[in-house]
Amino acid sequence: MIEFRDVTKRYPDGTVAVAGVDIVIEPHSTTVLVGSSGSGKTTLLRMINRMVDPTHGQVLIDGEDVATVDPVQLRRGIGYVMQNSGLLPHRKVIDNVATVPLLRGEKRRAAYDRALELLDTVGLDRSLADKYPSQLSGGQQQRVGVARGLAVDPNILLMDEPFGAVDPIVRSELQQELLRLQGELGKTVVFVTHDIDEAFLLGDQVVIMQQGGKISQAASPAEILANPADAFVADFVGAERGKRALHVTELDGRRLVVDGDGRPAGVLAS
Amino acid sequence: MNLFLDAFAWIFDPVNWSGAGSIPQRLWEHIWISAVVLLIASAIALPAGAVIGHTGRGRESAVRVSGGLRALPTLGVLTLFGLWIGIGLAAPIIALVILAIPPLLAGAYAGFESVDRRTIDAARAMGMRESQIVGRVELPLGLPIIVGGIRSATLQIIATATLAAYIADDGLGRFIFAGLKTRDYAEMLGGSILVIVLALVVDGCFAITQRLVVPAGVRATRARELGSRPSRPRVAVGQPITEGNRE
Ligand SMILES: Nc1ncnc2c1ncn2[C@@H]1O[C@H](COP(=O)(O)OP(=O)(O)O)[C@@H](O)[C@H]1O
Ligand SMILES: [Mg+2]
Repeated sequence: MIEFRDVTKRYPDGTVAVAGVDIVIEPHSTTVLVGSSGSGKTTLLRMINRMVDPTHGQVLIDGEDVATVDPVQLRRGIGYVMQNSGLLPHRKVIDNVATVPLLRGEKRRAAYDRALELLDTVGLDRSLADKYPSQLSGGQQQRVGVARGLAVDPNILLMDEPFGAVDPIVRSELQQELLRLQGELGKTVVFVTHDIDEAFLLGDQVVIMQQGGKISQAASPAEILANPADAFVADFVGAERGKRALHVTELDGRRLVVDGDGRPAGVLAS
Repeated sequence: MNLFLDAFAWIFDPVNWSGAGSIPQRLWEHIWISAVVLLIASAIALPAGAVIGHTGRGRESAVRVSGGLRALPTLGVLTLFGLWIGIGLAAPIIALVILAIPPLLAGAYAGFESVDRRTIDAARAMGMRESQIVGRVELPLGLPIIVGGIRSATLQIIATATLAAYIADDGLGRFIFAGLKTRDYAEMLGGSILVIVLALVVDGCFAITQRLVVPAGVRATRARELGSRPSRPRVAVGQPITEGNRE
């Protein structure tokens, strides 16, 4: 379990990126931080692995304040996947995946064997192991990034807009893949996105952030749609328009579901 | 033209290839002095450049110090130290070290700085220690630029090491100063040609080295993108990537 207790981050230039945040992130579930650019999602995420230290409050992992843990050891136990895969350009795919296990002093053979297995896990052909990151497509690089994040079999996986830079078709492929993986692995995933559809697709818990680094609502997608905390949330999730404002009409005796723009979304199953 | 023929005749005259003050001896002295200077200057400038490039701090002062050192006339410095510590190799070595530091320092911090901040950030987030980031990420990726700095420093050292003969009985400069004194222009020009050839050969070696140290994965990118990617991406705006905990 990850717990934020009244956490504030003020950067040296005075920007308050996160203001008085309290959240509990349940283990073995996916929590998605969603909000527009600059709402403090990345800052909040990076306080979990001490890439950023809070100026006030505490971040606890299983009850232990991360401020008391050596940052290097902490980070070696937490998977981190970022938007531009963040792979080391001068190392082959296999070496990138095996980096952290080797840093932790694992045997080379074991680390490489596991890295190859991880390529299978994330749906990459083993023949890519000897390629360099620059020889892969954007989607493949992100998969390698995920494999690297999983390399030490961490309990916690942090993902900062990992699918933000790939085209929509690949993105939806990667999202499905992540759902499948999470079904198998059951990690504690904290996922950042600015895309509310992605948040609702992936999140067991969705945390909606607004400018100034405040949390507007933290709840399941269904709860947020049913009871948006305020007008900002309702507007942000688009509950009153477009494809989320569904209503039922009858046509030739069938009950059709129609969206806010009048486009048919489907048939109501009976 | 005659003078050049004379100079080559002087170079290839077997008399000048043996005994005290022969071409091989002077060549060896020249190389030796240059190597010692390069080692001392590198020991000072490369670690300093690494720290500046890694932390992004102290860049302004480095630029200022380099500018100041560059403005110093080497002959003046040599004379000053010659008068101060006397005849011998110490004064030319100090003067040459001062000459070599600015290009070495600039190459080093530019090399470390050139590495994509996002790559460094990812390395840190994975759990690399700062020393591991420097040694395993920044150094290999910045090496072509760092070697570029060593290359230009070495050229300057070799060219300017002729001045060692002004104050010490060493190096290819001996031929130039001796020829000037005795109006033996063949010897003078022959000495100059030897310096030029030495510089070209060493520069050629560095040119090859500079290609060899480009990491394979980066070479692959360059081949594909034909150098279209900016080689020195700057810090991305809006990402809290400058906020690292430096242990
Ligand atoms: N290192 C930093 N120094 C100063 N301000 C920062 C830094 N990192 C982020 N910020 C600011 O903090 C706010 C939140 O940033 P961030 O956490 O990156 O938001 P998000 O990920 O939601 O886009 C923004 O206003 C951003 O400009
Ligand atoms: Mg962000």
